[in-house]
Amino acid sequence: MFKIPLTKAARLNSVVLKGPRLVLLRAIAQDATKHYDIIIAGGGMVGTTLACTLGKNQILSNKKLLLLEGSKIKQQSISDKYSNRVVSINLGTHKLLNDIGAWSFIAKNRFATVRRMQVWDALSDSSITFGSSEHTDTVSYIVENDLLLAAVSEEAKKCNNLSIMDGAKVKNYQLPIAQDDVVGITLENGECFTCDLLLGCDGVNSSVRKAMEADYLSWSYNQMGVVATVRFCEKFNNEIAWQRFLPNGPIALLPLTEELSSLVWSTTPDEAKRLLSLTNQDFVAELNTAISGTFSRSSLVLQATSAFDTFLRMFNCSVDQVRAYPPKVQDIDSGSRAAFPLGFGHSSQYIRQGVALVGDAAHRIHPLAGQGVNLGFGDVACLNKILGDAVYSASAISNMDYLKGYESERQKHNVPTMLAVEALHRLYNTKFTPIVLLRSLGLQTTHALEPIKRAIRNQAAV
Amino acid sequence: MKKSKKWMTIDVSLNIRQLIDTNTNEFVTVFSLFSTVGTIDSEEVENFQKLAAEWWNPCGPLKPLHSMNKLRIPLVRDGLINEGCIAIVHVRTSTPLKGMSVLDVGCGGGILSEPLARLGAVVTGLDATSNALDVARKHAKDNNLAINYMCSSVEEFSQNNIGKFDAVVASEVVEHVTEKASFIAACSKCLKPSGSIFITTLNDTFLAHFLGVWMAENMLSLVPRGTHQSEKFVKPHQLQRILEDNGLRTKLMHGMIYNFVTNNWSWSSNRSINYAMHAVKNADL
Ligand SMILES: Cc1cc2nc3c(=O)[nH]c(=O)nc-3n(C[C@H](O)[C@H](O)[C@H](O)COP(=O)(O)OP(=O)(O)OC[C@H]3O[C@@H](n4cnc5c(N)ncnc54)[C@H](O)[C@@H]3O)c2cc1C
Repeated sequence: MFKIPLTKAARLNSVVLKGPRLVLLRAIAQDATKHYDIIIAGGGMVGTTLACTLGKNQILSNKKLLLLEGSKIKQQSISDKYSNRVVSINLGTHKLLNDIGAWSFIAKNRFATVRRMQVWDALSDSSITFGSSEHTDTVSYIVENDLLLAAVSEEAKKCNNLSIMDGAKVKNYQLPIAQDDVVGITLENGECFTCDLLLGCDGVNSSVRKAMEADYLSWSYNQMGVVATVRFCEKFNNEIAWQRFLPNGPIALLPLTEELSSLVWSTTPDEAKRLLSLTNQDFVAELNTAISGTFSRSSLVLQATSAFDTFLRMFNCSVDQVRAYPPKVQDIDSGSRAAFPLGFGHSSQYIRQGVALVGDAAHRIHPLAGQGVNLGFGDVACLNKILGDAVYSASAISNMDYLKGYESERQKHNVPTMLAVEALHRLYNTKFTPIVLLRSLGLQTTHALEPIKRAIRNQAAV
Repeated sequence: MKKSKKWMTIDVSLNIRQLIDTNTNEFVTVFSLFSTVGTIDSEEVENFQKLAAEWWNPCGPLKPLHSMNKLRIPLVRDGLINEGCIAIVHVRTSTPLKGMSVLDVGCGGGILSEPLARLGAVVTGLDATSNALDVARKHAKDNNLAINYMCSSVEEFSQNNIGKFDAVVASEVVEHVTEKASFIAACSKCLKPSGSIFITTLNDTFLAHFLGVWMAENMLSLVPRGTHQSEKFVKPHQLQRILEDNGLRTKLMHGMIYNFVTNNWSWSSNRSINYAMHAVKNADL
């Protein structure tokens, strides 16, 4: 629909544009109902939270915001049954949700608190524990995706300057070329909008990113994440997030209730297909083996790690505290089994004139550290601050100086986190003995060295 | 560094100033709108007129002035907030300067006046260059901003505007002014009791002369040649002294550092090139 960039000057003055199409475009930009200061494309967890956060920012109260979501937003009623899609919310994200008033909705419904995170290696005896054994720290919170989305949507509705459109799939973006151009957006139903700043929150396959022609580095892990809601044999104080590194990929159990946990089992696509086709009973049996079964260990690795333990003891470092194991899994919720492809992706540019990428549109990581959406929420908090700073300093909302600040600040945080997760993934995705040895030594030292662990946790918290 | 020309004002008639170039003893007539002797040198008025067309290009020769807004807007805004001039309800909103009357001395094309107005201030912009003011008026109109632009020196303006302003901003002008004392006195005169003056300028140091002038004018063509005449630069303590003589107490003094590569300004404890000051007028003046 849009062919020639439309300037703000054209919107403000009656500059004569040639051709019927441009006359039409000018009319769109001049039509106050079609022009917005900010348009957010994509109403997933990140986009909706961003819309709500910007809508609640006092400094931006005179800005007109529009959230476009491609699918129809279904009126969610929280069922008794737990959803199989959950996220682990770190303390930074928790603060953001609290600040915008969405946490109370989640708290009124349900969530689980993780007080310890235990990570161990199936091929050696090494383990690492985050959080104190007295269960006093909070490591993270487990919340269902649907509940989180319902909570932020509820709060977003309270923002007077925010319009929300669902069933509004964007067909095409016309990005600015010159400084004063506006962004043109055409929906599949033919409707057109313009805005000063477009925020792309349209997920992994972001078409905003494609329109930006950003350099995107990506690869598939050749892994699928098999998810399910699992039921244990007994009720217990379920406050530990377990993660075991298996030869095919990590398997994680995130607490939901005293007897339920949410499973994310990363494995090869063939293996995933097979796991999905099993009966519940067979699946549970394989799951129990994966969690607590013994794998053939190399004697070299065992020897070296025990020598390492002695070495650490000599230097008065704590070794192998209380290590807990999850109880046996009894059953899985019927219909809760599903599989999702896993991949890595990072956009070298988060911004361009008039545009910024947020959340999975900009970066995608392996779910092994439960950081994916937290990076996106970190983007939201940062962008909210930076856009507020720009307007509070009377700059245009799309001022590149400020947007550059967003890009550099987030890349400074996201890239090391992604590299750490990627390194962890690569380190664990092998049975080759010297590497198994290295990684078990690595796990033990991180376990023993409290300051390093704190550093890892802090990085994961922002 | 080229030797700057010295001008001597000999006669003032309506709208036309006649000047003698002291080097050649030639008469030069400069058409300008000021009718009485001000402290702005006519050679500089000419320089700025050449610039007028470039005012609103953020990547043009004045880009350091555009990017400096990132520091000087917060300087004015937070300075007034800290002085308790601003009602709490306006703090952390889109219009923190709501209702504040601000005088922008040496406003040029309005690079600083417009953002101040957008933050809710009632802005009066003064400049001696009518060409720049034409640019400023048009740009403000295009952006739906009501700013009162006037072609006048502050000395002249102050005579009929005693005690009218919550704040006076003189950003990057003091270094163009010959008679600093009467300039500051006039600024002070326009302020309400307890009003604030904000100044940014160049230091009178070797580094400022070298970097601020030579680099900027010769090497990087950021500001046109002849914009600055370094003998008019002023040291912070000298400026502070003049402010004190006019009943203005210094609240804050910061160095400012410009990154030529990224076109970015940042605050610094180093005041040897650019610096900013905030001073407050005595309550009983
Ligand atoms: C198996 C698995 C487990 C995971 N576990 C965790 C975890 O424990 N912790 C964690 O932090 N993260 C986890 N993640 C990652 C997390 O789910 C994502 O980071 C998160 O969903 C990203 O949110 P988003 O809003 O950026 O993108 P999305 O959720 O993909 O949302 C994009 C939205 O944009 C809309 N859209 C797309 N195109 C258009 C268009 N053209 N027009 C209009 N709308 C459009 C879509 O309809 C969608 O609603 C996991 C991911 C997987 C696959």
